[in-house]
This record gives sequence, structure tokens and C-alpha cells, in this order.
Amino acid sequence: MRTLFDKSVKGRMAVVPALPKKHAEDMLPHNLLRVKPAKLPELSELDVVRHFTQNSHKNFSVDGNFYPLGSCTMKYNAKVIEHIASLAGFSKLHPLTAQLKHGEQYTQGALQAVYEIEQYLCEINGMKAFTMQPMSGANGEFTGVMLIAAYHKDKGNKKTKIVVPDSAHGTNPASAMMAGYEIVNIASKDGMIDPDALEEALTDEVAALMMTCPNTLGLFERHLPKIVEKLRKIDALLYYDGANLNAIMGKMRVGDVGFDVVHLNLHKTMGTPHGGGGPGSGAVGVSARLEPYLPVGRVVKKSDGTYKLDFDYPKSIGYIAPFLGNFSVYVKALAYIMRLGKAGIPRAAEYAVLNANYLRKKMDSFLHVPFDRICMHEFVSSPPEGMHALDLAKALLEHGIHAPTIYFPLIVHECLMFEPTETENKETLDELVALMKEFVEKGLQDPNYLQQMPLTTPLRRLDETFAARNMILKQEEE
Amino acid sequence: MNNPENLLYAESHEWLKVEGKEGVIGITDFAQDSLGDITFLDLPQVGDSFTKGQEMGTVESVKAASDIYMPCDCKVTAVNDNAINNPEIVNKDPYGEGWLIRVEITGSADGLLNAKDYAGKCVH
Repeated sequence: MRTLFDKSVKGRMAVVPALPKKHAEDMLPHNLLRVKPAKLPELSELDVVRHFTQNSHKNFSVDGNFYPLGSCTMKYNAKVIEHIASLAGFSKLHPLTAQLKHGEQYTQGALQAVYEIEQYLCEINGMKAFTMQPMSGANGEFTGVMLIAAYHKDKGNKKTKIVVPDSAHGTNPASAMMAGYEIVNIASKDGMIDPDALEEALTDEVAALMMTCPNTLGLFERHLPKIVEKLRKIDALLYYDGANLNAIMGKMRVGDVGFDVVHLNLHKTMGTPHGGGGPGSGAVGVSARLEPYLPVGRVVKKSDGTYKLDFDYPKSIGYIAPFLGNFSVYVKALAYIMRLGKAGIPRAAEYAVLNANYLRKKMDSFLHVPFDRICMHEFVSSPPEGMHALDLAKALLEHGIHAPTIYFPLIVHECLMFEPTETENKETLDELVALMKEFVEKGLQDPNYLQQMPLTTPLRRLDETFAARNMILKQEEE
Repeated sequence: MNNPENLLYAESHEWLKVEGKEGVIGITDFAQDSLGDITFLDLPQVGDSFTKGQEMGTVESVKAASDIYMPCDCKVTAVNDNAINNPEIVNKDPYGEGWLIRVEITGSADGLLNAKDYAGKCVH
């Protein structure tokens, strides 16, 4: 692929700007000036338009193709939600306005939106309160662990460890470690937390257990009530990684089960196209005992029915993000919740689970499905011995279907993890099944068949190993 | 899998070659095969001391990053810079040129497996 720099021709330009009255040398101290001019590509407007348009045609997106990526819900997001978030009252609002003196009278609609999404999320998840500030799932996890730390500190508890099962998301131990905790890993047994391993890990120093539920194997934890009971005995908290909320929303409320903290990936579950690093929203919900520690400012409803920002929470962990987080992302979540309503939200979860189980049953005759039971919104599988998950993934790309998650979770050999989501129809699922069956059959007859895939994508096999071993992070100067 | 008879093995897929009071440590053929192409090694410094089972480094491949655990109580006396600079040699020759560290063994090497028993642990 040729970059803009490769296409640059000296002197070519799109617009002729008016000559500046002053040069940089006239305005800046000498030590701040560039030694030599910045290297910028020189192109016409049409060159630039064509460059980006042609590249955009190479994009692989859920608007164009099926995306059965397990481990990250990549559902289709209705365009009406995008429209609502782009209304001028939301999109043209200056983010500082609400924080100015008397500014709240100009931002009642936006404050109401924040207040209402918090109320809806409390209702859907059975939590006492929510903060919309965290700007990603990992940021939400970190916020959640900080809340746990604030709780124990306030109570005078000496807690130094957080327990994380091997079926949890990889960001869980990373977030806990960033907050200063020591991580205790426990192995799972038959796809669930091993009660004996947990018993052994639960000492008085344990601050919390972080669970991904449904876990990364797409299975729902069976030992939950017992786990909650054990944690209560040592005043340890239970953390819920809600990245997989899509499977249970409207069906089970994590607060009712006994979880104290939950982070949700609203960009995955509720109405925001994502991938490629953002933008996200990692809203965090808490039980009553953690509410005093939530970040400020919080949106409160006054007795006259208007809304204001409140900063008077002396036990708060402070600020997590400016301007109450990624506002436009959770406005989409609010639109999503109101669009689906009380009937639609559980129905979305039901279809997500139904679609995953349909794929699982259709594929278990030619893939190895290690946990042969009803799965949640995703399931894990392995190809026949000797066949590689990578080769099957590349073959799918050749046929216009995005690869599933491969080689994760690590506890499944040559793992292929599928999550169809509720937004795909039966014909699309059947097409995936037919292709996978064909690939496995042809691959068993002739291993080269899969190894040469893909044939017609813009780039075929990238040399991932070479790229990882020889990282070139910037364009070299000539 | 080819696991030399003269080495001791940990269930977490490290090997230890005992040479008197000294030892050489690496990861097994099964480990390198499961990881796929190795892209990065993070190894301890000379002089660092460890107890058996402690995390001593990380091995990263195109598929995953995994911790490396110390198979015995020891103090690091040498690190294989060649493996750090050319991690592919751990894939090519995990028991030879792809060794990771040399150590002075400070405790017993009990509890490790012989080649035959270790082979029984190498199932996916």
C-alpha cells in the first residue's frame, strides 16, 4: 500500500493559503524552532480524497460483513441511535457548560440524560448507583478496584490481594495490579471456578474476587451463591466484569445475586459501533455499601425536578474522567435502552444466546466443543487435531466473514471462539456453518488448502512474527 | 515431542539441567510448540535470587504471553542474550542454543519430573 508520503509530489497542493503576516521565527524563541522543516506530504485535494476513499473500501466492518468475534460483542447498531446522539442539543453542547456557575440551567437536557441512563442501568443490573465517568472497559475496571480499595481503607481493613480465576478477562488482573493489589490466580475446573481452589485462596487479606460471568468460555458460573457466602465471611467484595452483559441483560440482575461492583462495556452491549480502540464507556455500578466512594461530580435530581451536578461526597475517590466521561457514547446507550424497552432488552439477550447455541449445535459434528452444554452468548471450540485455528480464521476472511477470536481463552487448545450476537439472521449463521464444515473437510484431505488462505483479500498473510520482532513505529526520514 | 532423558522438568513446562551446584534452565519443546513463534523474552538479571515456583520472566509469542516459573531455588549467574536478541532460537532448539538462564542452585531440585513422567503431562 502506498502512503500519502509515497504519493507526495513537491509543490503540489490543494488550497493556496493566504501568506502569513508573520513567520514562526518572529513569534517563537529560537530554541523552540524546528531545525529543519516538518516533512509533510504534498498532494491535491482529489489525491487525498481518493487515498482515503480507496482505503475505506478495504475496511472490514459490521455494516458490510458478518463479524462472529467471540470475546467482544460486535453487534450491528441501529442507525437511529446514531441519529439521536448527533442531535445538536447533545453534539454541539460545550462539555464545560454544566460545570460553570449557573451553567446547569443551560444543560438540563444533558443532565437529565445522564441521570436517566444511570437510573436505567441501576434497574437493569440491580445496583444502588452508577457512575458514567469511566471511558473504557479497562478504565471501568480500574475505577471498580479503586472503589473496593476505598471501601476497605475506610473500614480499616488490611487487604492486599485480589483473586482472579483463569477464565476471567485478561484485563482483570491488570486493573487490580495497577491499583496496587497482589493477584492470586485460581484455576478453573470443568469450565467453572473450582470451589476447592477458591477456598484455599480466600484468606483474610483478600479484598475481592473478580469474576467474568458468563466467563470467557461462554459459560455461566454455577457456584455463585456459595461464592457470595464465602466472600461475605471475610468481608471481601465481589466484582462483576460485565463485558459479557449481552447474554444476561434483562434476564438476571447481578446486584440481586450479591455482586458489589459491576462495570459494563456500553460500547459493546448498547448501541455504539466500536473497535480499533474507541470510543468506549465503562460505566460502573455499585451496591449500597460502595456508593459513598463513587467519583464526583454526580448528577442529582433536586426537589423541584431539575438536575444539578453535586460534588459534596467527602469519601469519593475523586475524578475519573473530565466532563462525566464519553457522553455521546452513553447517550447512545440511553437511546438503545429506550428503543428496546422492557420487552426488547431481555429479547436481545435471548436471541444472542439462541444464536450462539444454534451455531454450537450445528458445528459440534465437525469441531470439538469441549463444554458440551448450553452456552451463553458465545462458545469455544477446537479444530480436529493437527489443524490450526489460524488457518480456519484466514479461510473465513477469504469468504467475507470476519474471523472468530482465536487462541483465546488460553485454557482451550487451538481455540476458536464464536459470538454471533442477536443481530444476525439464520441464513447468515447457516452460511458460516456451511463454510466452516467445508474448510474442515477440505483441510483434513489437504492441509495445504487452508494454509494458502486467504487468496483475494487486499493483503494475504501478514508476517506477524516478523512484525512483532522488528517493530518499526515511525516513518524513517529520507 | 523429544524430551532429553538427562533433564528434569516442571509441570509448568520449564526444564532444568543439573551440573553439580549449577544449573541451566529453559522452556520445553512442548511449551515452544504450544506458544508458536516466540517474539519476545523478558528474563531476570544476573544476581537475582528466586525460590522454586516464583515467576522469573515472561515469554511472548504471536498467540500469547506466558509467565516462566523457576523450577528450583536459585541465583541467576548468566542470561542467554542470544535468545533475547533472536527469540526464534527458542523455537528451533529449546534444549540447546535456546537455553534461557544459568543459575547457582541454592535449594533442592526435588519434585521435578523425569522425561517419561513429564511426557505424560504434555496433553492439550
